[in-house]
Amino acid sequence: MNLFEHVGRYSRLMAGVFTKPQRWGILFKQYLAEIEKQGIQSLGITIIISIFIGSAITMQMVLNTENPMLPKYVTGLTTRETLLLEFSSTILCLILAGKVGSNIASEIGTMRITEQIEALKIMGVNAENYLILPKILGFVTIIPVLVIFSMFFGLVGGYFIATTGVISPAQYVMGIQYAFNPYYVTYSIVKSLFFAFIISSVSSYYGYYAYGGALDVGKASTNAVVNSSIIILLFNVILTDLLLV
Amino acid sequence: MIEVKNVTKSFGDLTVLHNISAVFEAGKTNLIIGQSGSGKTVLMKSVIGIHRVEEGQILYDGRDIAAMSKKEVFRLRREVGMLFQGSALFDSMTVEENVRFPLEMFSDKSREEWNERVEFCLKRVELSHAAKLYPSEISGGMQKRAAIARAIVLQPKYLFCDEPNSGLDPKTSLTIDKLIHEITEEFGITTIVNTHDMNSVMEIGDKVIFIHKGHKGWEGDKDSIFESGNQDLEDLVFASNLYKKVKKYHNLK
Repeated sequence: MNLFEHVGRYSRLMAGVFTKPQRWGILFKQYLAEIEKQGIQSLGITIIISIFIGSAITMQMVLNTENPMLPKYVTGLTTRETLLLEFSSTILCLILAGKVGSNIASEIGTMRITEQIEALKIMGVNAENYLILPKILGFVTIIPVLVIFSMFFGLVGGYFIATTGVISPAQYVMGIQYAFNPYYVTYSIVKSLFFAFIISSVSSYYGYYAYGGALDVGKASTNAVVNSSIIILLFNVILTDLLLV
Repeated sequence: MIEVKNVTKSFGDLTVLHNISAVFEAGKTNLIIGQSGSGKTVLMKSVIGIHRVEEGQILYDGRDIAAMSKKEVFRLRREVGMLFQGSALFDSMTVEENVRFPLEMFSDKSREEWNERVEFCLKRVELSHAAKLYPSEISGGMQKRAAIARAIVLQPKYLFCDEPNSGLDPKTSLTIDKLIHEITEEFGITTIVNTHDMNSVMEIGDKVIFIHKGHKGWEGDKDSIFESGNQDLEDLVFASNLYKKVKKYHNLK
């Protein structure tokens, strides 16, 4: 299949997804379940990664700002800007594309190859809407929470490094407060909303059209992660141009 | 009753079904049999409406499926129950939740009525004890029975069974066959079973339609198979040594 065929099929799938749900109550129940599955269960990895990356960024910034002309608080400042502008939205979403994206693609793909999707269709259920809409809504809802957690714990990770004596914690705290632009948080969250939509919808697409056996579900899962990541990187450039430049 | 009138179905240049006509009666277990690749699955999928046929008509109690709007097809689907080859139970739900699912989606009755109906269906397939178990925790035969319970929970007018005995031992297969047959008679359902299990044919074949290379090769009931005079059918039905002996014994009698 070429790119245009994929885009056409993806658009058709999305047209089926964004229709009126047959039962609002069931959608709401699944929506909450997806928030728990994709969001709450990703909190742990988000916190761990953010702490370690925040720590690493701070150490690198200390090394890169050793010039006596630069004030010590620059380390905190640059750590904050890196986390807010790029890590907590783009890099975090690339990591989540691996966790959440492969989970969605393999779940829907397995349902496809075990005829569960056919069973839904024959019952008269709009399978696209029933399966995919709660996943998209759930992930888009929870992603800002994950981004905020990532920002906070990334800065906490940097603080740990400051406490080891490379710079003083007070200088680090001053740096993360210095010339703070709240719009960067908004920018980061807006980007993450787009990325969450890309991860959940592209992964659902690859899962939904998986055919064959277990190997094909694996392939669908890999394709979901790889293509979501590429699209995220592309949109990162577009959104930065639109929102920041 | 479902009527298939002069149905032809092709995939590209390959014609899989040639001008097939058949009547599947209500309250009877109608079997579609044939070798692998003969077109029986395509016929069943065409009857269900998964495949659109190029020529001919498929009538559900006189209603032409090709003339229906998307909404009408969705409505018709609620009158249809389907038993899949691999059961197709939802992994994330317990047996009870699987059976309740169609009610939650389509029934406007109260929760108490849902529970009663689920209880009744599980009892009917003798699976009340496994209600709280997940599909992965029960045997293949139990999965099939759970799938039957799910298929009949909305009191369907039409029941489709795709290779219901696939992967089951002969004794369990017999239990599933009997259950399908009993339910069909009990609730007056139009049941179509797609199979190449000759035990099923001999047990529950109220009506048997033999598909050979995309053509209807023969039509009759299980008792008339012995006198069919159709060599292709006999090659399929009496392929095993056991059935060759059965035929020999029948002819001697």
